Amino acid sequence: MRSRILGIASLAGIAVALYFALVYAPTEQTMGVLQRVFYFHLPQAILSYVAAFLVGFGSLMYLITRDLKWDRFAAVSGEMGVVFTAAQLLTAIMWAKPIWGVWYAFDARGTLQVVLLLIFIAYFMLRAYLPDREKRAKLCGVFGLLGMIDVPFNYLSIYFLRTQHPQPVVSPGGGGVDPDMAKTLVVSLVAITFLYAYVFVKRLTIARVEEEVEYLTQVVLAHE
Amino acid sequence: MKPVAAIVFKDIAIEYKNKEAFSSMLLFGLLVVVVFSFAFEGSDRKALAPGMLWVAYSFAGILGLNRSLNMEVDNDCLQGLLLSPVSRGDLYLGKVAGNLIFTVLAELVILPFFIILNNLAFDRILLWIAGITLLGTLGFVAIGTTLSLISAQTRMREVLLPVLQIPMTFPVILSAVQATSLVMSEDSEGVSFPLSLLGVFSTVYITASYFVFEYIVEE
Repeated sequence: MRSRILGIASLAGIAVALYFALVYAPTEQTMGVLQRVFYFHLPQAILSYVAAFLVGFGSLMYLITRDLKWDRFAAVSGEMGVVFTAAQLLTAIMWAKPIWGVWYAFDARGTLQVVLLLIFIAYFMLRAYLPDREKRAKLCGVFGLLGMIDVPFNYLSIYFLRTQHPQPVVSPGGGGVDPDMAKTLVVSLVAITFLYAYVFVKRLTIARVEEEVEYLTQVVLAHE
Repeated sequence: MKPVAAIVFKDIAIEYKNKEAFSSMLLFGLLVVVVFSFAFEGSDRKALAPGMLWVAYSFAGILGLNRSLNMEVDNDCLQGLLLSPVSRGDLYLGKVAGNLIFTVLAELVILPFFIILNNLAFDRILLWIAGITLLGTLGFVAIGTTLSLISAQTRMREVLLPVLQIPMTFPVILSAVQATSLVMSEDSEGVSFPLSLLGVFSTVYITASYFVFEYIVEE
């Protein structure tokens, strides 16, 4: 029931966000319509960090409680992280080619996202090569925790790289945006957060069923 | 401190007998430096040099880490270490110290070759680079020791360590490259930020690994 409400909310939210981003928001003066991808780019970036934090949180909780539900929580958060980081990089590429003239510049923020994606992928490689359930949960718990600690360091170290990324406009001290643009951004952030929550809850249910199937298979095999 | 020292001496004694980790790291590191020198012939060497050095260091370092922890897992030596009256955290510190010694030794031999091949000067800057090498390697092995014991327990082993290690040590490599290039361009003022980042990274990861090491080694 909960997931159905989230599903309807995210479907409606995305429809509204698309209307806001493509029709309602005014066209930006220098970048033109291309700037509209920003309304999806920024929420995806925010949620990729949320995913990184949740991987670390789930890992820590598993190490403390030894309850496999937290391991599933971390693993599903990792999957969400891969999807959202990749989607965010994709929107960045679509925007960078016409505006900067290159697909990918070794830009500070871009590199940060690439490293985050690589850490998420490394987490999955590790899960895939640990067949034993308990051991997988334990070692991935440690890796997930260490990976989360890595994020702030990455964030500090990108200051060494040159950046041509537009400066933040919505943070304190930023340039400020048109109120209609700000409204659009909030709508799309809420919509994409609903989508995130919906997919997350669904995936968590599937992960639990998968584990039950795995367990039952082993029981059946043991009886034969 | 005594158990830590005992583990370090054990590692030194093994390495003194077979010389496997040191020689493989040294040769591999030298090969990387030489190949890069060929590959970037004619381009601006001074700009490329710091990156080249740290690529060589990190590839060689991964090789050494793989050897050091696989050796413990392969012959069930880890079981013996776990049965001995040593706390898990001390075990970790001992392995970090051992890895740090061998890796830095190999790197300090690679460094003069790097200077010669890139036509740089043997002067005060060399001492700076040696210092950065020590600090950067500490951060590298602090996390690498934990990760290599994780990867040693998987089916992929040697292949998995670089996949885990390289993204995680991104801040170390970036800070070390930045510090090295600042020192090489005689701009020692800006160097304190990357150096302090390296210091904080090492401290945080040594502390975190000290506490989580127990989870990795338990059966």
